[in-house]
Amino acid sequence: MADLSTKIGALTLKNPIMPASGTFSEELAEVFDLECLGAHVTKTITRGKRAGNPVPRVCEINGAMLNSIGIPSKGARAFIDNVVPFYASYDVPLVISISANTADEFARFAEEVSVRGVAAIEINISCPNIEDDGKAFAMRPGATGDVIRKMRSATPLPLWAKLSPNTGEVVEVAQAAEAAGADALVTANTMLAMAIDSRTGRVRLGNIMGGLSGPALKPITLRMTYQCARAVSIPVIGCGGIATIDDVLEYLIAGARAVQVGTATFISPTTMPRLIRDLDKALEERGLSSVDALIGTVAVTGEALTLAEYA
Amino acid sequence: MSASLCVVPDSAPLGASPHASIHEVECRIKSHEWVNGQYRLLVLAAPPSVLDCEPGQFFHLLCPQTDRFQPYLRRPMSIYSYDRSKSELSFLYKVAGAGTGAMAELRPGEFLNVVGPLGQGFEMRPEWRRPLLLARGVGLATLAPLARECARLGKRPVAICSARSPELLMSTDLFRSFGAEVITVTDTEGNSGIESLTPLVEGLVRSRGIDAFFTCGSSRLVRMLQEIGARHGIGGQVALEQHMACGIGMCQACVRPFQRDGGAVNLRVCREGPVFGLQEVL
Repeated sequence: MADLSTKIGALTLKNPIMPASGTFSEELAEVFDLECLGAHVTKTITRGKRAGNPVPRVCEINGAMLNSIGIPSKGARAFIDNVVPFYASYDVPLVISISANTADEFARFAEEVSVRGVAAIEINISCPNIEDDGKAFAMRPGATGDVIRKMRSATPLPLWAKLSPNTGEVVEVAQAAEAAGADALVTANTMLAMAIDSRTGRVRLGNIMGGLSGPALKPITLRMTYQCARAVSIPVIGCGGIATIDDVLEYLIAGARAVQVGTATFISPTTMPRLIRDLDKALEERGLSSVDALIGTVAVTGEALTLAEYA
Repeated sequence: MSASLCVVPDSAPLGASPHASIHEVECRIKSHEWVNGQYRLLVLAAPPSVLDCEPGQFFHLLCPQTDRFQPYLRRPMSIYSYDRSKSELSFLYKVAGAGTGAMAELRPGEFLNVVGPLGQGFEMRPEWRRPLLLARGVGLATLAPLARECARLGKRPVAICSARSPELLMSTDLFRSFGAEVITVTDTEGNSGIESLTPLVEGLVRSRGIDAFFTCGSSRLVRMLQEIGARHGIGGQVALEQHMACGIGMCQACVRPFQRDGGAVNLRVCREGPVFGLQEVL
């Protein structure tokens, strides 16, 4: 039996498998015992109520999904009164994901949701389908640093910054988040995308554009995980297209201290418990006694070329 | 912090919870036949864990990857029949897109991964003594378990089965075997339009004492029943369809607006539905 535990800053997780925000809710407890997970990460909430986007909110493409759910939210009060108590019965850190329209709103909201039972706050600064054609805080180092700095002074809870693949400044954004006081990075959210039905000529999402997730996204978010793990000293949590144990191992080898499983849970709701079981077997097969022994062990020949040299 | 909490042997159900009511299982295909030129009947050997079903509930099916079709998301499908004594679960479906196209290629002996049972089923209230079941095409599959439930409860429903043409009418014998009085209407006979159905249903309300409406799928039929129901003070229920991703209630993809608690609210078809009150549907 390998030691599956991993540390994300001050938090110790019993294993590195947790859900990605937006693909997890209390209903999953009707499928398996949520006690087995490394952390519980809830769907992004906003302070006030939001209806979300028009349907269709999802469509599939080869090996991936596009979504423009649009963060429907019942608001902070309903969440604190109903959702936080549900998770209190588990001995699993509760990570709540929040979003807001401005840095100041983010800070006020972080303070409001820093209640008993919440172990960390994940900052959704990267959701690409809120406003402004998907432009988000996480696209720029300055905006990212500003949000996190203000939140840092508003709450004592660990802050996890969920980064976006919709930026050309991955390393700069990651370093800005670290400098502003983030305790961990999550790499990454969905990538802004689009689908058209060639027969009808119509767009396939009610919101026109949406976020790409699933196996097709994995090479991009795996690359971001590698870049960020090298560029910062805070823990990086990999996220994007994870469905199999090999996906988990790749992210850990790239430098992730934990991983989030998202769209795969829609395809198979028992994915996460299966990955936990498979991780134990995979470590044993490799003769490793702990997850720690695998993290960041990627073998590279020579120095990575700069992005410009690939372009 | 014990890792052993989570590690289960290969043979054990994954992370089995004492509260688990939704199961992901591999089911062997017992038979898979064409019932007419468009519809197929898929019969699965299913474990008892997933056969605690209610009429109107659905399963989320992991359609196979084939040479022609590579569906990624699961496909929700209403239950055609479930039988604990025979350990059988079956689906009647129309081959339409990538998901059902891939499903159609499944052969007996192969396996299909299903998640369920899911959603809220029909509620046949004791005071409803003479229900009307109205559906068109493959929508009749959704109402078949309800017809069986009527038989079990000693109620004799009237079933109006609608289709494009007489050869596409389905399950009329099945409905009759459950004691239903079956009326068929088709496009080719010119009696399936709203202008023909409205007087037909109004007549049945008078002559048969219809006191509840049940339907599914077609928004045209829902509107018609809402209007007739409002005129005569008759309630009922509707099973709805919507694009889904998770099917369990996590993703919020399948919402539709409903009239509830004095206002319009978005509800999840997979979770609060797929069965809703007739007059709630907007």
